[in-house]
Amino acid sequence: MKSGFPERAHVALRDMQLRRNLALATTTIRGKRAAVTGERGDWEELRVAGAAIKRRVLRHLEDYLLQFESSVQRAGGSVHWARDAQEANEIVVQLVRRTGASEVVKVKSLTTDEIGLNDALTAAGIRPIETDLAELICQLADERPSHILVPAIHKNRVEIRDLFRREFGLPDLTEEPTELAGAARAYLREKFLSTAVAVSGANFAVAESGSICVVESEGNGRFCTTLPETLITIVGIEKLVPTLNDLEVFLQLLPRSSTGERMNPYTSLWTGVAPGDGPQEFHVVLLDNGRTNVLADEVGRQTLACIRCSACLNVCPVYERTGGHAYGSVYPGPIGAILTPQLVGTAEAGSLPFASSLCGACAEVCPVKIDIPQVLVHLRGRAIRERTAAGAGERMMMSAAGWALAGERRFRWARRVGRLVQRPFVRENKIERLPGGLSGWTMTRDLPAMPRRSFREWWNGR
Amino acid sequence: MTARDVILARVAEGLRDVPTGELADDIDVPRDYFRTVEGDAVERFIERISAYKTTVKRVAPADLAQRSAEQLRSRGLGRIAIPPDLPDEWLPSGVKLLSSALDVQALDAVDGALTGCALAIAETGTIVLDGGARQGRRALSLVPDYHLCIVDEQQIVGTVPEAIDLIAASVRRMLRPVTFISGPSATSDIELARVEGVHGPRTLDVLVVSPA
Ligand code: SF4
Repeated sequence: MKSGFPERAHVALRDMQLRRNLALATTTIRGKRAAVTGERGDWEELRVAGAAIKRRVLRHLEDYLLQFESSVQRAGGSVHWARDAQEANEIVVQLVRRTGASEVVKVKSLTTDEIGLNDALTAAGIRPIETDLAELICQLADERPSHILVPAIHKNRVEIRDLFRREFGLPDLTEEPTELAGAARAYLREKFLSTAVAVSGANFAVAESGSICVVESEGNGRFCTTLPETLITIVGIEKLVPTLNDLEVFLQLLPRSSTGERMNPYTSLWTGVAPGDGPQEFHVVLLDNGRTNVLADEVGRQTLACIRCSACLNVCPVYERTGGHAYGSVYPGPIGAILTPQLVGTAEAGSLPFASSLCGACAEVCPVKIDIPQVLVHLRGRAIRERTAAGAGERMMMSAAGWALAGERRFRWARRVGRLVQRPFVRENKIERLPGGLSGWTMTRDLPAMPRRSFREWWNGR
Repeated sequence: MTARDVILARVAEGLRDVPTGELADDIDVPRDYFRTVEGDAVERFIERISAYKTTVKRVAPADLAQRSAEQLRSRGLGRIAIPPDLPDEWLPSGVKLLSSALDVQALDAVDGALTGCALAIAETGTIVLDGGARQGRRALSLVPDYHLCIVDEQQIVGTVPEAIDLIAASVRRMLRPVTFISGPSATSDIELARVEGVHGPRTLDVLVVSPA
């Protein structure tokens, strides 16, 4: 059986290093984010504008896609359309093959992780080189990134030193972060100067002009989008914004929400091909890969507004304790819990919408005002309806849970009923054995009995 | 059916709930955020870009060549790449200036680059390059390990929306690539310790030209 969130979370919870690193990372970024959003007297107005622009794009996506396509072509680029991951990978492989290159440099891109581009390139005999420091670390260590923003947060400096010593042949390298970064700089610089093809993702794609915007810190994005002769950019169809002026909203929302900076070190914005400056061949691959399924769900649709800032990860108590790997998906944390099941189906990732306590912290920080708890509850209902293989008792309980979790009043009521029903099974505040079809829930662990008073009841009664 | 047709059909199908008569512009986008800020934009720019570990100095127009020469000398830099159209009164003495179009290998071998900019943003401490006058192509301010940028104080705008207004106009007109630079390159990928300079220039110095 494929392991779900509960099994992977169990493994992660035991990993102390990961928990310490994550707690440090999330606390640090949380503090910085709070400071730079707090200093803006118009933060809420920016969020309202960001959400509205995305709503406009998504409700009229067809028009904007067509406008974007013709803008890119007018500016000297080519546009390709990919229904799914496989088609996108085939397009990229073919484009790289045409150049005769055997290596490509890559800018950190969740979208290319999502479609498994690196594996596809490798299978085709093309070596993908990740150029973002953390992605490079993950690539060299053959591990999956664990955080959208700091993908190597699960590794400490000594582990990175050992990895670089081995991979770069630098036996005397110390674990000083400056030295480690210097080693990566030297290694990648040679690649930047000699590689003919780059693959990037996009933070924003502007329908009006065909421009692509990439937001970053290290400068690898600038290198990849400037030096190679050929640039291939993979764009999820939801990344569009209508006009250049709309960037004024997102270039304020994203860095402050993401790294907690007033502005990230580098933002690149390019439009097709510029004679004498940068790549002379430019391709955009517009990717669906499940996005139109998300679009078709009226409640789930708002998920596509996500600008991948990772603020929701950093405030999530579940994420802080389990880490990114537990989600078993490219998109971890609260956004992963709502995006992944919609992209790949609740049959595949049905446990993810349950990986949340519905505390609502994510929705409060989301710069584009995605109501993550609302989508979670909606998807829980869907997952439960689709779990036809489950036993009758469990199915009944699950649909009762789905019903109860879908509304706060109902949830409170169900809690009271639950307290009555559980009585015959409770011993010393634990439920050690449930009957019949529900026994699977207590086979390997005791269930805590429902407390006499919930946290919320206690809080309200203080 | 091509992939394009299929995706467009899926999009249309998925949006059946959107009334046919609805236009994109019918969706209201309230833009009640600040477009301008009060206060001295030049001072704010200096304060904000300094926060990114950038050295900023104010210089009088007449002293520019001398002050940029001093800045380069204090950093121990002797071979500097420049765009072909820098005005004579900007050119520092005592350093070797390379203005012809250098290939990237040659750029990798110089000590630094000296450029102007399109504009700068006070609120965020950002320099914006758009490939226009006194800036050269993108590789010039990217490949060398040092960047000295000269900002005329009249190029400093208060906010991101003010900057985007100007940049959007320039992109529409010339389709030239734009780079926003807020301090030297940085990473926090190793245990969140901030390290300045991974791939871009590890040092960024700024001279703000103000009438005396
Ligand atoms: S859901 Fe919102 S908070 Fe989370 S990554 Fe996306 S935009 Fe950021």
